Amino acid sequence: MQHYAWNWGILVTQPYVFWILSGLLWTMLVALAGWVLALALGSILGVARTVPNRVVRALAAAYVEYFRNVPLLVQIFLWYFVLPELLPEGAGRWLKRDLPNAEFWTAVLSLGTYTACRVGETLRAGIESISRGQTSAGLSSGLTMAQVYGYILLPVAYRVTVPALTSEFINIFKNSALALTIGVLELTSRTRQIAEFTYNAIELFTCATVIYALISLVVTYAMRIAESRARLPGMIASQPTDA
Amino acid sequence: MIAIDKVSKWYGRTQVLADCTTAVARGEVVVVCGPSGSGKSTLIKCVNGLEPFQQGSITVDGVSVGDKATKLAKLRARIGMVFQSFELYPHMTATENITLAPIKVLGRDRVEAVARAHALLERVGMREFADRYPANLSGGQQQRVAIARALAMEPIAMLFDEPTSALDPETITEVLDAMMALAQDGMTMIVVTHEMGFASKVAHRVVFMDGGRIVEDAPKAEFFDRPHSPRAQAFLSKILRH
Ligand SMILES: Nc1ncnc2c1ncn2[C@@H]1O[C@H](COP(=O)(O)OP(=O)(O)OP(=O)(O)O)[C@@H](O)[C@H]1O
Ligand SMILES: [Mg+2]
Repeated sequence: MQHYAWNWGILVTQPYVFWILSGLLWTMLVALAGWVLALALGSILGVARTVPNRVVRALAAAYVEYFRNVPLLVQIFLWYFVLPELLPEGAGRWLKRDLPNAEFWTAVLSLGTYTACRVGETLRAGIESISRGQTSAGLSSGLTMAQVYGYILLPVAYRVTVPALTSEFINIFKNSALALTIGVLELTSRTRQIAEFTYNAIELFTCATVIYALISLVVTYAMRIAESRARLPGMIASQPTDA
Repeated sequence: MIAIDKVSKWYGRTQVLADCTTAVARGEVVVVCGPSGSGKSTLIKCVNGLEPFQQGSITVDGVSVGDKATKLAKLRARIGMVFQSFELYPHMTATENITLAPIKVLGRDRVEAVARAHALLERVGMREFADRYPANLSGGQQQRVAIARALAMEPIAMLFDEPTSALDPETITEVLDAMMALAQDGMTMIVVTHEMGFASKVAHRVVFMDGGRIVEDAPKAEFFDRPHSPRAQAFLSKILRH
């Protein structure tokens, strides 16, 4: 420690400052694209877990069990290293060689499909918390089951699960650091890279930590505003969950 | 208009409806009563296909409810239903609750649907609450909105499942008044209720159920003056004593 050469200026030195910024950009891209996938797929899963059809429910349950129980890092490796080998030769080669930004898309796919199972379980709980009479009311007015989900059950489920969904959104930012293992030059990867060049690991990882914490803070704050807008009238304000 | 013929229903091995037969003519108001668990809710939910039944048949305006070829959503769009616990959609205002099905099911124009919703709210005395959310309405007010919501589909018949059971005594009358007005306008109605005052004023017939069976099905006067079955007699004396 005595020999540690402190240099906070490294954080604003060229080209490193641009490396950090581009890392942050990739982190955001991976997390946001993953979140879009997670929310879309998670909504389908949440619905599939609650529909009357048993086969659909079982398939959704199997999805959730797999994605929830296999470590995320292993899932990333399976998508990145194993999937291309399992596909027909042409498709596998296209994935490995020709797909532009293959690492990025793999990271988005891994994070999205993993987070989807958690979003799905959250929405399932939200849907199950709604009285069955709401479905009866919708059906009795001539809506189809799909319309009941689309106009009544899902919109209410999103509103009552905002705090839990916020945690998942923050988690996808944090989990996106794992994308460095397949070569995505996101924030953590860039931080490590610069630290190896400059030996200023303390400053750099402090900086990364602060950035991740700031993202969480901003997301929490933004979601709290969104929640107060979307809150069901008359519902008691729910406590923000820690992320 | 509604014909229920020898309908039986089981939940697993327990029979909840046994050989129920009755009919409701156009413009007729039928009150269904009976002890808790006698199958009243189940019977009216069979009428619009919310509950399946295993035996017998139900036809509404000539359409067979139990028939696999029947488009249930289409049939339900023509039958209004009002529930004990109102079941207004909590994320929508009174107006939005009322316009949802006309817009999404009947394909009505939004502006037209809103104008009609406001007219219906006027009719149940709720015009000034058009933009309130259900959580900000009293029980009686919510139930009147629910009635307006059902009417918005211009139903050929209305089903009520204990519409006043969850209400404070003071607000019961405002809902019953709305229902009475509806009956006087000639709406075909099946009403599950223990409000015998309502039954004696507006019902044409009273159906009494016990243990999944229709034990008594008689014109109002006959039912109140000389009920045949001992169980209906016992039920009436218990209810009328209060
Ligand atoms: N989903 C269900 N599964 C099993 N049994 C049920 C179910 N729903 C109702 N039952 C049973 O069916 C019978 C009739 O129920 P129903 O709700 O039709 O009675 P009800 O006459 O409406 O009673 P209440 O006055 O309490 O509303 C009851 O014995 C009830 O326990
Ligand atoms: Mg009932």
